[in-house]
Amino acid sequence: MGKTLSEKILSEKSGVDARAGDIVISPVDLVFVQDTTGPLTIRQFREVKHGRLANPRQIAIFLDHAIPSPNRQLSNDHQFLRRFAEETGCLIFEGGSGICHQLVAEMFANPGDIIVGADSHTVTAGGLGAFATGMGSSDIAVVFALGKTWFRVPASFKIEVSGKFQKWVGAKDLILHLIGALGADGAAYKALEFNGEAVTHMTISQRLTIANMAVEAGAKVGLFPSDSITKRYLAAQGRANKYRALHPDADADYERLIAINAAELEPMVAIPHTVDNVVPVHILTGTKIDQVFIGTCTNGRLEDLATAAVILKNKKSHPHVRLIVAPASRQVLTAAMKAGYIETLIGAGATLLPPGCAACLGVHQGVLGDNEACISTANRNFKGRMGNPEASIYLASPATAAASAITSEITDPRKIL
Amino acid sequence: MMSDVILKGRAFKFGDDISTDLIIPGKYSHLRSNLPELAKHVMEDADPTFAKKVKPSDFIIAGNNFGIGSSREHAALVIKMAGVNAILAKSVGRIFFRNAINQGLPVLICDTNKIDAGDEIEVNLTKGEITDSTKGIKLSFSKIPKVMLDILSEGGLIPYINKYGDFII
Repeated sequence: MGKTLSEKILSEKSGVDARAGDIVISPVDLVFVQDTTGPLTIRQFREVKHGRLANPRQIAIFLDHAIPSPNRQLSNDHQFLRRFAEETGCLIFEGGSGICHQLVAEMFANPGDIIVGADSHTVTAGGLGAFATGMGSSDIAVVFALGKTWFRVPASFKIEVSGKFQKWVGAKDLILHLIGALGADGAAYKALEFNGEAVTHMTISQRLTIANMAVEAGAKVGLFPSDSITKRYLAAQGRANKYRALHPDADADYERLIAINAAELEPMVAIPHTVDNVVPVHILTGTKIDQVFIGTCTNGRLEDLATAAVILKNKKSHPHVRLIVAPASRQVLTAAMKAGYIETLIGAGATLLPPGCAACLGVHQGVLGDNEACISTANRNFKGRMGNPEASIYLASPATAAASAITSEITDPRKIL
Repeated sequence: MMSDVILKGRAFKFGDDISTDLIIPGKYSHLRSNLPELAKHVMEDADPTFAKKVKPSDFIIAGNNFGIGSSREHAALVIKMAGVNAILAKSVGRIFFRNAINQGLPVLICDTNKIDAGDEIEVNLTKGEITDSTKGIKLSFSKIPKVMLDILSEGGLIPYINKYGDFII
């Protein structure tokens, strides 16, 4: 019997014939923390006897969740992380560099790599064919010290995508549709492995969006095979030598097969307060919103800002709407400036935030008021997520979010253009 | 022969989809290096009275998807700091499951429908039995992988690694 992509990567790295359900120990290629999980990780690492970093150049700290720091306690956490990096020689990326998952994609993730991070959206790197998953601080602290961890090899769901997206329908709508169909724990402990004709045409940006949200169906990883598109992306990021072709075997064993025809998808929205509460946008016509947030590790990339800029070109966001935009990285911001997207968005009334997590997790930069509603391109709409349990969060694509900014109601982007 | 590990306490009931944002919201990120202060907000957005009412040895009884969402281990940690004996749920988020075990906090997957708030609960971790003494019913829970049982019996991942120096599978 052949192997799934998950089984292939875990077999290669662990050196054993890894099959779904097995427990394996595997070295990791990159381990990282961010500013809200890093301090606890470091304190736990210091409790490990004889704790030295296994390999400082494969350990990264990203300051992204609370930058620039909104208060003195978080500033002190940032100091603590900087000092640790100075003392140990591990990598550190300062506030303003970008969101950890975007920087991992831009600088580190390669097909066949194993990546673990103290952040649940570590799964994003699956878009580049890396077996990447989130863990908590204790697990990550031990990886700091040992350079390896244990995994239960996940059974895989094969997600076979055919057809071509309609205009203004895309990767975000596909993954929202899938999470709605699976449920928030429908893929718990499983790997979502994406295949099919439509996948071979997807940009890396789209693949990262889909992989990013695999965790919202409970999955351990969201994995894409590598191909010429992966190769071009890695070359553009200066890592042409890291490309390798990686596919599941044709006779691999999947626990479940799910077929999706991209052509049949409509713009989709996850309504409060769970990500699997997904409906087509037309159901929500007339739903008033107070804030529009375009950004995050899900949808803060250049293509996402381009989509928003096309929809908002020569238009204004509604006077009752706060439109906030946070590019996912400095690279994205620079490219969006050169392409004129930033000028367009600011012209439409957007407030530009620095590359980082921004309003997504309720620390700062866009906390919602009581009874307010936000349409966001992020990945979570849990109660309280954006800093206020009395507020509502709707998750949608950049196209739907941008269209909604114009009308102040949840709006089908196909009706605007 | 080791004696059975038995936990006894009172049921504290929650529903489905108790995310890490409800257990310990991102708005308290500034307290993450001040765990005693952070712990005062445990479960706040799910039940604002929980932190005041919870007593050491109580059990959290939940429905589906307990602990889904963020990887923040603080969520498991503040529940442990509140003295909670164990979490019984129909299903849990994957990362939260590892985090809780790594903190030495048992998470047991079982059908929690029949357990009501205030019921007296007894868990025999060694035998894999849950008893609701108030109702006079017994429940079983799903098997935990050996590596996790070993971590749990050492009181968490860091003590486990300090004892064995590596993962033993």
